[in-house]
Amino acid sequence: MIEADFTLSLPGFELETQMDLPIHGVTALFGPSGSGKSTLLRCLAGLSRPQRGRLVVNGAVWQDDKHFVPPHQRPVGMVFQDAALFPHLNVQQNLDFGAKRCKLGGKARAAGTDTLIELLGITHLLARRTGTLSGGEKQRVAIARALFSAPQLLLLDEPLAALDAQRKSELLPYLDALHQELDIPVIYVSHAPEEVARLADHIVQLSNGRIVRSGSAMEIFPYLQLPFTQEEGVFTLLPAKIELHDSYDHLTQVSIGAHRLWVRYIDKPIGSPVRLRLLARDISLSLDPGARESSILNTLRTEIVGMEETAPGRTLVKLALDDGHLLLSRITTRSVRTLKLGLGQAVYAQIKGVAPLE
Amino acid sequence: MPASFFLRIINKPARADRYNSCTMNFTPSDWGAIRLTLELASLTTLLLILCGTPVAWWLSRTTSRVKPVIVSLVAMPLVLPPSVIGFYLLVFMGPNGPLGELTQSLGLDTLPFTFGGLLLASCVYSVPFVVQPLQNAFEAIDERMYEAAATLRAGPLDRFFSVAVPLAKPGFLTATVLGFAHTVGEFGVVLMIGGNIPDKTRVVSVQIYDYVEALEYGEAHRLAALMLIFAFVVLFLLYTFNPTRKKAA
Repeated sequence: MIEADFTLSLPGFELETQMDLPIHGVTALFGPSGSGKSTLLRCLAGLSRPQRGRLVVNGAVWQDDKHFVPPHQRPVGMVFQDAALFPHLNVQQNLDFGAKRCKLGGKARAAGTDTLIELLGITHLLARRTGTLSGGEKQRVAIARALFSAPQLLLLDEPLAALDAQRKSELLPYLDALHQELDIPVIYVSHAPEEVARLADHIVQLSNGRIVRSGSAMEIFPYLQLPFTQEEGVFTLLPAKIELHDSYDHLTQVSIGAHRLWVRYIDKPIGSPVRLRLLARDISLSLDPGARESSILNTLRTEIVGMEETAPGRTLVKLALDDGHLLLSRITTRSVRTLKLGLGQAVYAQIKGVAPLE
Repeated sequence: MPASFFLRIINKPARADRYNSCTMNFTPSDWGAIRLTLELASLTTLLLILCGTPVAWWLSRTTSRVKPVIVSLVAMPLVLPPSVIGFYLLVFMGPNGPLGELTQSLGLDTLPFTFGGLLLASCVYSVPFVVQPLQNAFEAIDERMYEAAATLRAGPLDRFFSVAVPLAKPGFLTATVLGFAHTVGEFGVVLMIGGNIPDKTRVVSVQIYDYVEALEYGEAHRLAALMLIFAFVVLFLLYTFNPTRKKAA
């Protein structure tokens, strides 16, 4: 458990946050630039010193009214936006920098480090100068370097922001793998809903130095997008598990709790977890469950828990599955009127497209 | 310097035999001057690197209001005539100066006209040539290098030695070369503080002055040519092998 309360005043900016974060999985600090998410991360690392603050990590006090543990005494690993590798050292020496200085014994380190180097795909880079690495490689080395110092907490400050789309998609699988393989809590700063959708288990949304909302990713995600993304791209996320493959039709069946959906073929073994992205514009609503003669493969029974007219003539309907998962559907305001939709009403969500995030 | 000195140079008939004997046949007193010059320059550079580094580091990091004062003081030897620096150092180190009183109360002699006095004066005179390149080099280092080092468990002193110093290496090279070369090249301050005592304060530049004053142009020429070549070679090596570091990520 991380308890963090900070008050920090800078010229033209004030951060005032109070949060309790889980000490497992990936927590995303999410918000537009200038919302204070990077400052918050720096406060956690001890690089910025809030005027008033209290930070307790797993019972250890890192900051309160009397104490301030300086950054080099905090067991955190930090990855900066543009990697911040040491140019006077090669890749291996960069990795060793933190490893040499952490208090863990050499054996414990050596065991994990080889796996890490492999996991991040940097084995072939060890002898290289840092100046010759690509942006994605630099970030992978920076992540490995941070992890080599055996942190209790890994802090990532927009590690993908400085990369172009292709490098981003190169790095994402490594972050996924870390997430799956390592048992280190990660706090991840991002302003990109796509990254948050893919990686986060827990989301803290910030705006103007204040926390707007926080909670589990599946729960919070639908709320996040309205202020940030074009309405066209609004989507929800569902955690699913692969149940069976239909190679004849090139489809895969996934389960969300008791619900089953057919999606396009996912190249992963049965039983693996997968996140589904459902675009609000691909979900239409019907009062009738039995539209048998339809090209739509997936229909879910839901309840309307919210409605908002987001643009003239367009309404965003928030739907809850019986197990609490949320969906968003974008329909015309006319449909809302003709179907006489209202809060608490049961409707069938017809899902045209489901994209697995891989 | 008396005007008659220049008149003597101008009126002196050229003596071909002297000019043609520009070989490296240095006299023992030349060698003494060369050795003394190298000793003085090496010690001055060493002292300045040791004392100038913390100053340059502090200047590169501080936001204190005193900073412009210190920066100006450090730069003053660049614009002041050596005679002004020499004069005040003479007063400062002399029997009635603060440092002179101190050295006397410690049972030591006063510093003017000793190697120690010369060393102190050289350090003062060459200070900007060492501190400024170091300060520039430290300032060019991205703040995030220190932050990254801090999050990798490096404490303040560790960060200085394992990040700041290696990244400021070009600055150290420039500071060393310029500090050394500038000390070799000084004349006015040496003359005022050190005078002209063989093997104690008579450095190469003073030796050349002596030769010229004694109308021994051939001897002067040998040493002057040596200085010319030294200056060129040092600067050439500096600018060839110490290109400004490209901005590294």
